[in-house]
Amino acid sequence: MTAAEIFEKLGSEFGSAILSLTEEPATDSFITVDPAQLFDICHTLRDEESLLFDYMMSLSALDLGENLGVVYHLYSMTHRHKIVIKVSVSKENPVVPSVERIWRTADWHEREAYDLLGVKFDGHHNLIRILLPYDWEGYPLRKDYVTPDTYHDMKVPY
Amino acid sequence: MGEIKRMDLEYSQLDSDRMRINVGPQHPSTHGVLRLEVEVDGEIVTEVVPHLGYLHRSFEKHCEKLNYQQIIPFIDRMDYISAMNNEWPYVMALEKMLDIKVPEKVEYIRVIVAELNRIANHQIAVATFGMDAGAFTPFLYYFRDREAIISILERLSGARLLYNYFRVGGMAADIYPGFKDDCLNVVKQVRKTNAEIMKLLIHNSIFIKRSANVGILTPEVAINYACSGPVLRGSGVAHDLRRDEPYSVYDRFDFEIPVGKGDVGVVGDCWNRNIVRVHEMEQSCRIIEQALAQMPETGDVKAMIPKRIKLPKGEVYMRTENPKGDLGFYIVSNGTDKPERMKARGTSFVNLSVIPEISKGYMFADLILILGSIDIVLGEVDR
Repeated sequence: MTAAEIFEKLGSEFGSAILSLTEEPATDSFITVDPAQLFDICHTLRDEESLLFDYMMSLSALDLGENLGVVYHLYSMTHRHKIVIKVSVSKENPVVPSVERIWRTADWHEREAYDLLGVKFDGHHNLIRILLPYDWEGYPLRKDYVTPDTYHDMKVPY
Repeated sequence: MGEIKRMDLEYSQLDSDRMRINVGPQHPSTHGVLRLEVEVDGEIVTEVVPHLGYLHRSFEKHCEKLNYQQIIPFIDRMDYISAMNNEWPYVMALEKMLDIKVPEKVEYIRVIVAELNRIANHQIAVATFGMDAGAFTPFLYYFRDREAIISILERLSGARLLYNYFRVGGMAADIYPGFKDDCLNVVKQVRKTNAEIMKLLIHNSIFIKRSANVGILTPEVAINYACSGPVLRGSGVAHDLRRDEPYSVYDRFDFEIPVGKGDVGVVGDCWNRNIVRVHEMEQSCRIIEQALAQMPETGDVKAMIPKRIKLPKGEVYMRTENPKGDLGFYIVSNGTDKPERMKARGTSFVNLSVIPEISKGYMFADLILILGSIDIVLGEVDR
């Protein structure tokens, strides 16, 4: 299925929760959805017979300035088609529903997104830091991040 | 029920608590600086909690400060065992954004160096897996053969491990005279050693007893955990991007996708994951032979590209089939010469996440084998 067909299919099921479809030449086509309904949308994406996105290639979070974005790259092993789903949440309250129960691989990806950008995944069973030390403060991949001078009396900038 | 027979041993006095023990981060069997917190009941593993980050070098943060060409050496340092393969999805992503057509000869050089590096990677994987099971000789055989591959790549790029050989739109340098003969010698030697290894290691009854029926990963679980590469194919799923989403010139070659068939043990166990790698070496040999025959003799190895690469505004996700699985790069460009965001979907990172799932209920010694059969590189896990 093409991105436009998937957009139509989701739109007929979830209505206004499917916000927009972006198709630009230098970009993989993506669908922006409402974070509040993300879990149900992802569940449909995985289980609906004509979609069957059973393979999550990647989950990335990024700093959009005012907001934080989360990008889901999905692939179907059966139909061999792809789709990109995006959500964006405010930096003050960056809560996105966890899809860890749909794709188990999201477990570590979500922990990484939390670790580096501070996106809070609601419903994740163990949302702790994964790459940085457990007592690290701040989210390094945010654009306004300031590197601390010391960590446990060790010099950080080199 | 009769009377309870009294035993000499007082079981109630034995300590039957579960014990939490620490594996790594500094231990050869963890294949790098990986720390596992393991809960054991006697010798049975009941829980595994991996603790990562001992090799975290802020790859993604660095990328935001560097221009596009400067990132290539950093990518080498992710999966340092197969650096050639790592560079490929990254330069392909940039070429897609810039709409650059790569010269024919470059495509063939890329296929050959990537397949040579794939063989070198699988040699290390099979060798160290054998060593985890207690077989030391195959390790020495494979490292002897790997030296020939490393020498070819060194003559091409100037480095033994961290090549920095791919460029956007081409390669850093052309191949050297005698490259074809060197490659064909490697192919011959790889086949000879693999035939030996099949007898010495793969069908060795001690090795089979250790690795068959251990760490069983079912195809459904493997797909749900987004496993890829030999880990997924060992579970019987014939997923290979070189065939499923042919990139470069892979659609011109005739090769097979080896999957775990369960001729020893069951599909998805350590033995089947391992045999996939041995068969893939043979398929790589076939691809190298065909690529050498088809490669144009002359031609430029660099497409016309601007000195300073500025990507158009947009984003791209590109993935290729690495020796360890799908390596993906998600690049968000803001129209300047530095990426706005660069995310690497590390193959080993994703494959390693399945460890707690497949190691429960096996013996502690088997945990080391299961870890070895997944073939991780911590440079890519921690980035």
